[in-house]
Amino acid sequence: MITTDVLATEEMALDHGLSPDEWKKITETLGRKPNVMELGVFSAMWNEHCSYKSSRIHLKKFPTQSPHVLQGPGENAGVVALGEGMAVAFKMESHNHPSFIEPYQGAATGVGGILRDIFTMGARPIALLDSLRFGAPEHPRTPYLVGGVVGGIAGYGNCIGVPTVGGETKFHPCYNGNILVNVMCAGIMRSDAIFRGTASGVGNPVIYVGAPTGRDGIHGASMASAGFDDSALEKRPTVQVGDPFREKLLLEACLELMKCGAVVGIQDMGAAGLTSSSVEMAGRAGTGLLLRLDAVPCREEEMTPYEMMLSESQERMLLVAEKGRESEVREIFERWDLPMSVVGEVTGDGRLRATFGGDEVADLPVSSLTDDAPTYDRPREPERGLPPDDPLFKLPEPEDMGSTLLKMLGHPNHGDKKPMWRQYDYNVRTNTLTPPGGDAAIIRLKGTNKALALTTDGNARYGMLDPYKGGMLAVAEAARNICCLGARPLAITNCLNFGNPERPAVMAQFSLSIEGMAQACRFLDLPVVSGNVSFYNETNQVDIYPTPIIGMVGLLDDIQKRSGHGFVSENDAIALIHPKDEAPLPKTCAHEYVWLETGQEGGDAPPISLDAEKAVQTACRRGIDMGLVHSAHDLSEGGLGISLAESTIASPNSRFGAEVWLPEQEGRLDGLLYGEAASRILVSVSPHAVDALHEAVQSCGAELTRIGRVQEGAFVVKTPDNAPLIDLAMPHIVAAWSGALSEVM
Amino acid sequence: MHFAVIVFPGSNCDHDCYHAIKDVLKQPVRFVWHKETSLGDAEVVILPGGFSYGDYLRAGAISRFSPIMKAVSMHARDGRPLLGICNGFQCLTESGLLPGALRRNESLRFVCDDVWLKCETSRTPFTCNIEPEETLKMTIAHGEGNYFCDSETLAELEDNDQIVFRYTDANGNVNAQANPNGSMENIAGICNLQGNVVGLMPHPERSCDPLLGGEDGLRMFTSVMQMVISS
Repeated sequence: MITTDVLATEEMALDHGLSPDEWKKITETLGRKPNVMELGVFSAMWNEHCSYKSSRIHLKKFPTQSPHVLQGPGENAGVVALGEGMAVAFKMESHNHPSFIEPYQGAATGVGGILRDIFTMGARPIALLDSLRFGAPEHPRTPYLVGGVVGGIAGYGNCIGVPTVGGETKFHPCYNGNILVNVMCAGIMRSDAIFRGTASGVGNPVIYVGAPTGRDGIHGASMASAGFDDSALEKRPTVQVGDPFREKLLLEACLELMKCGAVVGIQDMGAAGLTSSSVEMAGRAGTGLLLRLDAVPCREEEMTPYEMMLSESQERMLLVAEKGRESEVREIFERWDLPMSVVGEVTGDGRLRATFGGDEVADLPVSSLTDDAPTYDRPREPERGLPPDDPLFKLPEPEDMGSTLLKMLGHPNHGDKKPMWRQYDYNVRTNTLTPPGGDAAIIRLKGTNKALALTTDGNARYGMLDPYKGGMLAVAEAARNICCLGARPLAITNCLNFGNPERPAVMAQFSLSIEGMAQACRFLDLPVVSGNVSFYNETNQVDIYPTPIIGMVGLLDDIQKRSGHGFVSENDAIALIHPKDEAPLPKTCAHEYVWLETGQEGGDAPPISLDAEKAVQTACRRGIDMGLVHSAHDLSEGGLGISLAESTIASPNSRFGAEVWLPEQEGRLDGLLYGEAASRILVSVSPHAVDALHEAVQSCGAELTRIGRVQEGAFVVKTPDNAPLIDLAMPHIVAAWSGALSEVM
Repeated sequence: MHFAVIVFPGSNCDHDCYHAIKDVLKQPVRFVWHKETSLGDAEVVILPGGFSYGDYLRAGAISRFSPIMKAVSMHARDGRPLLGICNGFQCLTESGLLPGALRRNESLRFVCDDVWLKCETSRTPFTCNIEPEETLKMTIAHGEGNYFCDSETLAELEDNDQIVFRYTDANGNVNAQANPNGSMENIAGICNLQGNVVGLMPHPERSCDPLLGGEDGLRMFTSVMQMVISS
């Protein structure tokens, strides 16, 4: 008989973030009122963060199948086969709300959480990437947040010994009150040794391993399921505190345990801790669980069952072992000096039951917390967030194009991020081929001739201008980044960062964005194997721009056939791979340039044809594979101007500049130089190999246009009729670029 | 010849050392868990980098009490080759096998970067194949690599030829700009009086492969291999 001494009320349910309808549904399901602990369990499982109640119907639009997908969404991470018996597990997750409140611990525990998701699958984590969005550089809180987030990522990743190899960082005032911290992790495993979060086998023991439970992070998932107001910082006690040393022990102990064969299922205790891990494991297996909460290791005295079930203390795992093999588990965890405790068993009744002090303190149908949790098709009402006119045409053409370039390179969005990534151990594990800062990271796979290519990408402005196209562009650009290395894109994970889903405009952005991403994924044959939704990124009812971040994994079949983004040889030809039916450069959509010059945003997101995109990407890979392409770098924010500058800066000792003529085509010169477009890759190629590359590119259905050459020392851009537009010495370019972060770090 | 790589809880460059010795140097190597008490037949012992015990209290302050450290000290006192890399170096200073201490970096930030080093002495087993004044490129990755000792110890280090590496610029010049962490006299690595115990902050095991940007670190491993084989 369930203890009913503290019965919950509707008022308490509302305090727990549940709606009156949801309270009604709970009482109907149970045929009674829940007690307070049961209410806590419902609120933890039915909040947005755990239930995906507003997003679930939309997420179904993603393609998730492909012959090489070994595990799609719904598990702790997705898994994709790499051949030779190897596989990669990867996922990306947000830790936005905690990081805004307490940047160091918020970011650190974000890293810790995603690492657990990866090694739970049986994979050894080999790389971390971070996609970060901060407010305006001049906002008073930005330097504090940047320092804290970078410190937290470094503090956790460096200690546990997983290299932080890439990612990207952008600054925009829409994140002034709600920064984004999205962390991606990839791990390597044997393709026949995937572990899953299932609690199967009635009678099997449920085992708690890892750090003892404290009172930290209680209701953290609920905090992440509501917007911020001016009192946001008062929520600091809901942010967990990370202990990377403990996680390192947990990582090694778990991987060792998995080899012994005693593990039936395993899941990390992330958001909503013991509640979500136990419920989800039972839900996947269609079983029930009996938890004896007296056996939960606690680090504080007199913890109540409610606190134990809802704590988000870090570095904990729940696992189900084969009955009779408990001692093997104990032996391994004792060796690593980690607590281990049998806290329950798998049952066949489909219920989550918990006992404490001789009383039964919870008795709930598992399905009511998982499959039967509420889902909503929230109202959608597209709304134009920015003016339709392209503000480029209100801007007078600059007299000195060189100074506009230096200004852009000196902005934290485009400048050197080394002051950030120098704090990350990026080459521990001795697999990192290039330091962070390129289009994508390359991680060799020891014992093979292959390498992984990893990238994260997303453009919130495009999402704001046109969510559907923004979604397509994000996927296309991430894939282009992978192709610039010569690698083949395999699959994606994503972090969908949006505002308040209860506002129809936000829900429309979300839905359209997913449709755009799904369309590009289908076309480019990129299954979505894992992901995460972060709603309520708002402060005082102002939503962030829709920011879907794509994390992508690609495979380089031959590590020798790869390319970087920096120019490598003097006198190499510089050329653009572009769609065959389009001019080499766009003439509009110079959004980043116009924004930095005027603060104005508007117009349309760049057009994209997926056919053309695919052809350009294939052409780039072909050129690299044939050994013709010496460097490849895609055009992105800031268009040709920024990409060209980045390729010169990334040349050996930033020695090589360029001499480039804008192609003869219609449009303003600043529009041509800074216009943003999909499907454009800047390459350098030996002058003798231009014809061969031209032929290869055309055979893939794309076009190659030569625009200049690599030269020593000077960065020169000219009009089609040879009039100088920019003429700068390389040290000038480098100086502007390398000092860009001084304002925020 | 046999190498041993000590594994403390929190060591995270243990696999990298193992890989460099086994797959690049092609010598037998085994992990020795810190709770063990014997080094077996190991002729060369390596304390790898990482965050033993999470660097809690101070880097290396807890691992020096691990059971295996008794055997490691004996190995050192017997004059046999012992190398401490990064966290291993910190453990060697904490345990008194090497003089001085490693403080927080002057910037108070963790720093990961390629650095240039000048070899100051060829008398250690790990530098016997490297010419004095030769410059090597290696990676550093640490938050507490700021070498410090009192002036008497510093004088002893200089007088007794115990400074093994200094940070330099690409041209081999020792100067303030080339000092990544505030170390006294740009010191990157030292040895004991006898020369058989070497500690350094840079990671030689990370530069053993041209694919990863260089093989200068491998020279330390080939040095010790040659020294042991020829003795």
